[in-house]
Amino acid sequence: MKFSEQWLREWVNPEISSQELMDQITMAGLEVDGFEPVAGKFQGVVVGEVLSAEPHPDADKLRVCQVSDGSQTVQVVCGAPNVRQGIKVPFAVIGAVLPGDFKIKKAKLRGQPSEGMLCSGSELGLSEDHDGIMELPADAPVGSALSDYLKLNDVAIDVDLTPNRSDCLSIKGIAREVGVLNSLVPQAPQIDPVEAVHSEVPDIRVDASEGCPRYLGRILRNVNLQAETPLWMQEKLRRSGIRSIDAAVDVTNFVMLEQGQPLHAFDREEINKGIVVRMALPAEKLVLLDGQEVELTEQTLVIADHEKPIAIAGIMGGEHSGVSPKTRDLVLEAAYFDPITLAGKARYYGLHTDASHRFERGVDYELARDAMERATRLLMDIVGGEPGEIVEVVSADHLPKARTIDLRSQRLADVLGLDIDRTTVEEILIRLGLTVGKLLKNGWRINVPSFRPDISIEEDLIEEVGRIYGYNNLPVTEPTGSLGLRVNEEAVRPVSAIRDYFVSQGYQEAITYSFVDPKVQAQIDPEREGIALANPISSDLSVMRTSLWSGLLKTVAHNQNRQQPRIRMFETGLRFLQDGQRIDQQPMLAGVVVGSQNPENWVNGRRTADFFDVKGELEGLFSVLGIQVGFVSSRHPALHPGQTAELLRDGEHVGWLGTLHPQVQKNLELNGTILMFELSLNSIITGYVPNFKEISKFPEVRRDLAIIIGGEVAFADVERVARKHAGERLTALRAFDVYEGESIGKGNRSLALSLFWQHPERTLNEDEVHSLFNGVIDALKEELGATLRS
Amino acid sequence: MENLEQLVQDGLAAVEKADSLQALDHIRVEYLGKKGAITQQAKTLGKLSAEERPAAGQKINEAKGQVEQAINARRSDLERVAIEQKLAAESIDVTLPGRGQDLGGLHPVTRTLQRIEEFFARAGYTVEQGPEIEDDYHNFEALNIPGHHPARAMHDTFYFNPGTLLRTHTSPVQIRTMEAGKPPFRMICPGRVYRCDSDMTHTPMFHQIEGLLVEKNVSFADLKSTVEEFLRVFFERDLQVRFRPSYFPFTEPSAEVDIEWGREADGSIKWLEIMGCGMVHPKVFGYCGIDAEEYRGFAFGMGVERLAMLRYGVNDLRMFFENDLRFLRQFR
Repeated sequence: MKFSEQWLREWVNPEISSQELMDQITMAGLEVDGFEPVAGKFQGVVVGEVLSAEPHPDADKLRVCQVSDGSQTVQVVCGAPNVRQGIKVPFAVIGAVLPGDFKIKKAKLRGQPSEGMLCSGSELGLSEDHDGIMELPADAPVGSALSDYLKLNDVAIDVDLTPNRSDCLSIKGIAREVGVLNSLVPQAPQIDPVEAVHSEVPDIRVDASEGCPRYLGRILRNVNLQAETPLWMQEKLRRSGIRSIDAAVDVTNFVMLEQGQPLHAFDREEINKGIVVRMALPAEKLVLLDGQEVELTEQTLVIADHEKPIAIAGIMGGEHSGVSPKTRDLVLEAAYFDPITLAGKARYYGLHTDASHRFERGVDYELARDAMERATRLLMDIVGGEPGEIVEVVSADHLPKARTIDLRSQRLADVLGLDIDRTTVEEILIRLGLTVGKLLKNGWRINVPSFRPDISIEEDLIEEVGRIYGYNNLPVTEPTGSLGLRVNEEAVRPVSAIRDYFVSQGYQEAITYSFVDPKVQAQIDPEREGIALANPISSDLSVMRTSLWSGLLKTVAHNQNRQQPRIRMFETGLRFLQDGQRIDQQPMLAGVVVGSQNPENWVNGRRTADFFDVKGELEGLFSVLGIQVGFVSSRHPALHPGQTAELLRDGEHVGWLGTLHPQVQKNLELNGTILMFELSLNSIITGYVPNFKEISKFPEVRRDLAIIIGGEVAFADVERVARKHAGERLTALRAFDVYEGESIGKGNRSLALSLFWQHPERTLNEDEVHSLFNGVIDALKEELGATLRS
Repeated sequence: MENLEQLVQDGLAAVEKADSLQALDHIRVEYLGKKGAITQQAKTLGKLSAEERPAAGQKINEAKGQVEQAINARRSDLERVAIEQKLAAESIDVTLPGRGQDLGGLHPVTRTLQRIEEFFARAGYTVEQGPEIEDDYHNFEALNIPGHHPARAMHDTFYFNPGTLLRTHTSPVQIRTMEAGKPPFRMICPGRVYRCDSDMTHTPMFHQIEGLLVEKNVSFADLKSTVEEFLRVFFERDLQVRFRPSYFPFTEPSAEVDIEWGREADGSIKWLEIMGCGMVHPKVFGYCGIDAEEYRGFAFGMGVERLAMLRYGVNDLRMFFENDLRFLRQFR
């Protein structure tokens, strides 16, 4: 809501500066979004009178004018097409300074001396209008300063109103607030009923009372719509951000700004028989005032005649039925439209109008008649005409009900944390326009006026009291209360521990969008379809991620394109899987590694990170979490078929580790060997609570062996077989060398293992260990075809 | 016995000349070993008379002691030199940079969230999580934002279908937590939220953290202290805070919170909007099955990126989601 400060001060004029006024309303909840002077900065501009305007002897488009500034007459050369004898205009005299620090000096135009300049509205920062000089009313006093005459010492204040405060979408409403804040009573213009001078009334039928509980119409005959809107009204509209159109539209807009009631004027000629307020019929069409044709839906409330829709109720009128300079008889409309019926409708048609903005938020349901009378009077002052009776169609059942709310003083004190004295509370409520219906033993029975649809419960009243009393005048106290003790599961590690681990391993945390490019996701996870947004912001952010890899790989590309060859990143967050009707939202942990394993250093810093570097880091994580996770050779569409491990915990899938498939890498235009992992967080965060075991006092025995196995045999197989035959006293099994080479036969691998045994209660004897060790060797030979390396 | 004195002289000379521990050991064997020259002198004692023997024996012992002492002294000299040589050989340029893994870093949003979570955890708040794909009921309806509510237009919601959407705020987590438990509550809900908006100052995804306290006796005054204290701790400054009446469908009364952020040209305080808050709307309690006559609550919520931008001086919101390493590395 944008309004002129001066206009507001005509209603209520506290002795405070503009800044103080703006601060005051901001702190009452009407947040001032900005303000601007209503005119450009200029001086030396007066009301001038063009005494004569003769053609320039040497230029077709210029005129040589004699202009009076009130004390003297000077010659001015002017190029505006509308300059003519007798008009009054803004006259910048010699020495004047116009906006943009433009100084007016004596000049010669095509040989003719010119002393001063006649100004257009745009040259003075008064309008966007470029065609011709600004014409002032005939009664403008010649010689007086233009800024005094137009009262330009004014600011346009823009208030960003919250959607509940529809009552402040008018000068009347804002004046009420300012009155409350300054203990002043606003002065509203007197509104008297206009007496009918004829008996013609519009034929009105309301078929949709729910959407339109109140509809008023009046005929104004024989108007002259060629009459110009007075400058004072044009200025008030302009300062409120509304362009002057014609007298009928200007007056309806003026009353809307002043009172808060949107109005509409129809050309009576264009209404076929009578007005019908109804829901639109399927596929009905209407050309709106802005020229666009819309196809109406059955949920749309329309104003129609007996043949066709002539307006979308409360949103915008039709082009055909609108007024024109030729209009002779007007039909004025003032109505109360139901906010719920209108909600979202303007948006549906791609519209947002001053009327729809107000009706959607709720207009005062008792205001229509006053607004109609006010508009009629203002119109008659400008365009003349003969008013008829007002026809009013009301459905009391569908009008909002008058509300009564009890406010308990104890509740007020409890919620605000302060016991405000009764007189103060009553004064605040009454100045806000609420009335105390009845004094209760423990509070007040409050009647809510029709202009406050937002007040419906006790808390709303408490807010009103608190807001006007001033939130910053309320005390500051510490909350008290009993805190129950909370369970803290020791085995469950917080995600922050996982993040800290990766940070210590050199990973940078990333946060990528949860919606990704379906084309990229198809490369990563071709078997699943991401859940698609109905209204994505763009096609590359249009499906929900089924893996965190899509976003991380995009991040790799971003950084590789910025000379960052070494990238180690991780992310935690949800992935989104469609599981039949269900949507599964799983917290995941994922990472990407590309480039050297360590930052480049002076010994061996360029070694590229490989599978086992990242595997080692994941194993480190599992130690931190206290869990056992196995790595099994597997396949994943995004990963290199020979470098893919599925991670299992107690046989359950936990996640993946592998090298990005070279083809996918090429398709995504990425460089280097890219290692990636993704784990389900819920599968790994629960570890164990340590359980002490007696430390053995007896020595540990170590035996090493080296075997040659076929390339198809995995270390995991070797470990499994060895553990099975090593007996229950085996304490550890480690690989300490892996070798491949011609000397052991192509395709073979040599694997060196250490096995450790220890008994908790005695020293193991040589024979026992020997027999276990040999058992392991025999089993490896038999089950895996291993040969002992000599 | 002249021979003995000569032996000692020779032994001492040899010790003096020994240039290694091995050479020294060799000398020790040569003179003092079982068959060493001085040791052998003891055999001559047999030829002496009983009266002469003690004196002669003592002389031999003295000679042995003399040489032994010299050897020991020489040994420690040689050992010291050896250590010195070893140390000299092992000295390194300690100014060369260290090797190993770099430290990574947390995303500034996480870093900011952790600071906020720590503050509220100390005050007994739990951290609650919830789904990001939400239903209309939890995101709007139960927060007193029915279908026709003008506040819905302020939300720019991403939809999957008319009933399913990406949460526009973390408030649904409060609803879900209240539905599942019994008051009193103290919780914060951090997380990703989504709005269909993208320009210089909006990203379609960002983070919020909201707090909720439900007790039998809690007031707007308590809310004020919680918010003020939090902001002062977060910015580590005794900054001025003001509460401005505002509107949220799920709180009543509602307020926007401004903090002092520099001065205007005329010396007055420049206020910066930082968060929203209010007393839980009775209808919201109603949706969660909590008796609004028995319990009251306050709630507050803020944008995490905005706090991070102010705290760390970041000037472009979009950088948070580009994940440019040159940006991220500044926060480790």
